[in-house]
Amino acid sequence: MQMPTPDANVLSRKTQIVARLQEVLPGDAVISDEMETRAYECDALTAYKCAPLAVVLPSSTEEVSAVLKVCHDMGVPVVPRGSGTSLAGGALPTADCVLLGVARMNDVLETDYDNRFIRVQTGRTNLSVTGAVEADGFFYAPDPSSQLACAIAGNIAMNSGGAHCLKYGVTTNNLMGVTMVQMDGTVMEIGGKHLDAGGYDLLGLICGSEGQLGVVTEATLRILPKPEGARPVLMGFDSNEVAGACVADIIKAGVLPVAIEFMDRPCIEATEAFAKAGYPMCEALLIVEVEGSPAEIDEQLALILEIARRHNPVELREAKDADEAGRIWLGRKSAFGAMGQINDYMCLDGTIPVSELPCVLRRIGEMSKEYGLDVANVFHAGDGNMHPLILFDANKEGDLELCEAFGADILRLCVEVGGCLTGEHGVGIEKRDLMVDQFAPADLEAQMAVKDVFDPAWLLNPAKVFPLAASESRRSVALAAE
Amino acid sequence: MKMRPESETDLAEAIATANGPIRVQGGGTRGVTLDGDVLETGGLSGITLYEPGSLTLVAQAGTPLAEIEAALDAEGQRLAFEPMDHRGLMGTSGAPTIGGVVAANVSGPRRVSVGACRDFMLGVRYVDGTSTIVKNGGRVMKNVTGYDLVKLMSGSWGTLGVLTEVSLKVLPKPETAASVLIDGLSDADAVSAMAKALGSPFEVSGAAHIPVGLDGHPVTILRIEGFAGSVAYRADQIAALFGGLAVRVERDADAVAKGWRWVRDVEAFHGRPGDVWRISCTPSEAAALATNVGAEALLYDWGGGLIWARVTEGTDVRTRLGLFDGHATLVRGTGQAKFQPEPGPIAALSRGLRQKFDPKGILNTGLMG
Ligand SMILES: Cc1cc2nc3c(=O)[nH]c(=O)nc-3n(C[C@H](O)[C@H](O)[C@H](O)COP(=O)(O)OP(=O)(O)OC[C@H]3O[C@@H](n4cnc5c(N)ncnc54)[C@H](O)[C@@H]3O)c2cc1C
Ligand SMILES: Cc1cc2nc3c(=O)[nH]c(=O)nc-3n(C[C@H](O)[C@H](O)[C@H](O)COP(=O)(O)OP(=O)(O)OC[C@H]3O[C@@H](n4cnc5c(N)ncnc54)[C@H](O)[C@@H]3O)c2cc1C
Repeated sequence: MQMPTPDANVLSRKTQIVARLQEVLPGDAVISDEMETRAYECDALTAYKCAPLAVVLPSSTEEVSAVLKVCHDMGVPVVPRGSGTSLAGGALPTADCVLLGVARMNDVLETDYDNRFIRVQTGRTNLSVTGAVEADGFFYAPDPSSQLACAIAGNIAMNSGGAHCLKYGVTTNNLMGVTMVQMDGTVMEIGGKHLDAGGYDLLGLICGSEGQLGVVTEATLRILPKPEGARPVLMGFDSNEVAGACVADIIKAGVLPVAIEFMDRPCIEATEAFAKAGYPMCEALLIVEVEGSPAEIDEQLALILEIARRHNPVELREAKDADEAGRIWLGRKSAFGAMGQINDYMCLDGTIPVSELPCVLRRIGEMSKEYGLDVANVFHAGDGNMHPLILFDANKEGDLELCEAFGADILRLCVEVGGCLTGEHGVGIEKRDLMVDQFAPADLEAQMAVKDVFDPAWLLNPAKVFPLAASESRRSVALAAE
Repeated sequence: MKMRPESETDLAEAIATANGPIRVQGGGTRGVTLDGDVLETGGLSGITLYEPGSLTLVAQAGTPLAEIEAALDAEGQRLAFEPMDHRGLMGTSGAPTIGGVVAANVSGPRRVSVGACRDFMLGVRYVDGTSTIVKNGGRVMKNVTGYDLVKLMSGSWGTLGVLTEVSLKVLPKPETAASVLIDGLSDADAVSAMAKALGSPFEVSGAAHIPVGLDGHPVTILRIEGFAGSVAYRADQIAALFGGLAVRVERDADAVAKGWRWVRDVEAFHGRPGDVWRISCTPSEAAALATNVGAEALLYDWGGGLIWARVTEGTDVRTRLGLFDGHATLVRGTGQAKFQPEPGPIAALSRGLRQKFDPKGILNTGLMG
C-alpha cells in the first residue's frame, strides 16, 4: 500500500510546530521524541508502520480545538486516533502528521436513565460505556469483538458493528449527538438529547467518516434496558448451502434473533484445536441467540429448532444453563485468537446479500486453491457481513503481497454479487484503492465534495478512504497553499 | 410547466436543461407551494428487487407507498419505521411515494424503539443539481464503504438531489400486538410513566400520551408487539409496573392497530383549524415545553420525545419554546419558517453542502433555509 510522499516543508519545521503545540498544551501532552512517537506507528493493521512527526494527547475539547487551530494555521496534517484497533489502517500516521490521540478523554459526563442516554468523552472504551450503566440494568448495544480496547471515538469514525447488530443496529443507529471540532478549531454540537435532525442529517454523515471531517470529542449514546435473559443454540450442517437456506428461513419466519453467527469447516477445525469447545466437525455451523424471559426464549427457540430440523442438521445443541451457553459461544469468541496461533492472518470484512452466501463461499474455496493460501470463514450471517480470514506467513518473501491480492479478489467478488467492500471495519488505507471497483468517479466525487465542505484544506487524515489518484488534486492544492 | 421523466437518464436530462427552479414532487401529499416547474417522480415507479429472506427491498423513488406496503404484506413483512399518512392532517389527496417518505425522513410511533426511516435506509441513487447521477450505499445491511450519503439524502427534502431509487431494510410483521392504557395522568406524570415502561426490559414499541382523549380524558398508551405468548406476558408485566393507577390492557390486535394509526396520523387534529407543529425534544422536558407553547391541542409520542402541537394560526412557537435541546418544524401553516434555524457553524456546513450538491440553487428553492 502506497502512502503519499511526506511534505518536506512540514518535516523541516518540526521544531517550530512542536513549540507551538507546547504553547497550547501541558508539557506531558506533546510527544516528539522519536523513540516515544514510535509507540503510535501503527494500528491493528500491523503490516504498515510509520511514526508521526509528533503525538498530542489533549484532555479536553478546548485543547483539541487549540491543537487543530495550530495545525490548521501551520498547514500540518492531523490523524485522529482512539485506541488504535482499526483493522483498516485508519489510524496509520504519516511522517508529516500530528497524531491526535483522545485516550486521555475518557470521562462519563452524564447518565440519564429516564431519557435513556449516556454522554461520554470519546476516548472511553466501548466496554466501559456499558460498564458505567450495567449495574442499573442498562447497556450500550454496539459490541465489536474489540470492545475491551476500542474507543467510542473509533467506533463513531468507523460506524462499528458487533455480534448483536442484527437486532440493535450499528453505531450510527445508537448515536444521538456529538461534540465535534472542525479542522480550523471550530467547536460544534450536532444532535443531542433528542431524536433526529432538524435540518440535514450531519450526524449520520459524520458517523463512518473515518476521522476525515472533524475530531469527535464527546458523544451522546442511546442506552437500552438489558433483556431479561439470552440463550444460544448451536446447529451443524453438512453443507454451506443448507446452512444458508436455514438462515433465510429463520428470518422469513418472523423471528428476529439478536445474533446469527456462521463458521465454516476450516474455522471450526482451527478453533477446536485451540479452544476445545466441543464443536461438531461439519461443513457449517450456526450459533443463533435469542433474548427475553425464559418462556419467551422457549417460544422463539422452539420455532427456530423446528425450522432447523427441516434442514436435516447433523447436530442441534441447546444450552440448558449459563455454563452450556458459555461453551457454545467459546469457540466463536476465540476464532480470531485461534487463527493467530496458527499463522499470520488478514481479516476481510466484505458484505454480500445473504442469498449469495453459498455461491460466494464456493468461489472463495476455489480461489483459495488457486492462490495456495488457506481461508477460514466466520461471520455475521444474518446481515451477510463476512469475515474471511486469509492465512499467510509474514516471514515468507512475497506472502503478504499474495495475501493482499487474494483479499482484493474476494472483495471484488463481494461487490460483483451486489455487496460492498467493508461492512464494519472501514476503508482506511486497506481498501482505499479498491474503491473504484465499487464506485464510479461521480460517486467518489460526491463524497469528496463533502470533505471539501468540512475540511477545505484536506488536512484531516487526508491519505485515507479515497484512492490517492482520485484525491491527488485536492491534497496538492492543500500543499501549494502553505 | 410539469415534467414527468420516465427514466433516470430522462430525469438527469430534465435537470440539465432546466432554466429555473424545480419543484420535486412525489405524491404531493405535503401540500406546500414552492416556485418553479414541477418535476414529478411518478414515472420512475416499481419495485426492482425484493428478497424477504434477506430483509431487503429496492424500489424506484416514485413507487406509491401503497404498492410497497402491499408487496411486504404478502410476505408478512413491513416498513418497521411506520411512516405516517399525512393526507388527513394536511387535507391533501394523492398517493404518497416511497421517495417522498425518504426525502422527508418520515417515521411514526415505532421510531422510539426501532429507529427512523434513515435507520432503515441501505442505499440511494439520485440526480444532483448539476444533473450528475450518483449512487451511495447499496442493498446490503452492513456497509461502511465511504461516506454515508444515504443518511444525508434521507431527510434532505429534495434540496440536494432527486432520488431515483432507494433500498430499504424491512422487518417481519409481529404475530400480534397489545396496548397497555393508563387513564387520567397529567402530562408530566405520563412522561414519567412512559420513561418507566421504555426503561423496562419488556420492549415497548410505542409510547404516546393524549391529554384529551376521545372521551375527553387523558390517556397514556404503551404498545407491545411480538409472538402471542410473549405479548401476553409483557403486557401483564408492564401493567404490573403501574400498580395503583387506572390500567387497562387492550388485547384485540385490530383495536390496537386502529389506536396506533390514530396516534401515527395525528387523527385528533384532522379537520381542526390552526397551525400544526412537530417538536423533537428531550422527553423529560416535554411537559414543560408544551406548557410554554400554549397549544389548543397536544399529542405526545416517542415517550415524550415528540410533541405534536396544534396552535392558533400564525403563533410563533419557536419564540415561546426559547432555547432547548431539540427542534421545531412547522408541518401545517405558512406564517413561520418551516425548519428550525440552525446555529451558525452548522448552518454554514448545511449551506456548503447545498452549494456543492446544487450549485445553481434550482432544487426546491426556498425550502430548508
Ligand atoms: C481483534 C479485533 C476485533 C475487532 N472486531 C470488530 C468488530 O467486531 N466490529 C467492528 O466493527 N470492528 C471490529 N474491529 C475493528 C476496530 O476495533 C474498530 O474499527 C474500532 O471502532 C476502532 O476503534 P479505535 O478506538 O481503536 O480507533 P482507531 O483505530 O484509533 O481509529 C479508527 C479510525 O477512527 C478515527 N478516529 C479516531 N479517533 C477519532 C476522533 N476522536 N474523531 C474522529 N475520528 C477519530 C481514526 O482516524 C481512524 O480513521 C476489531 C479489531 C480487532 C483488532
Ligand atoms: C411543512 C411540512 C412538514 C412536514 N414534516 C414532516 C415531518 O416532520 N415528519 C413527517 O413524517 N412528515 C412530514 N411531512 C409530510 C411528508 O412530507 C409526506 O408525508 C411524505 O413526504 C409523503 O410522500 P409524497 O410522495 O406525497 O411526498 P411529496 O409531498 O411529494 O414530497 C415530500 C418532500 O419530498 C421531496 N421529494 C419527493 N420525492 C422526492 C424524490 N424522489 N427525490 C427527492 N425529493 C423528493 C419533495 O420535494 C418534498 O420536499 C411534512 C409535510 C409538510 C408540508
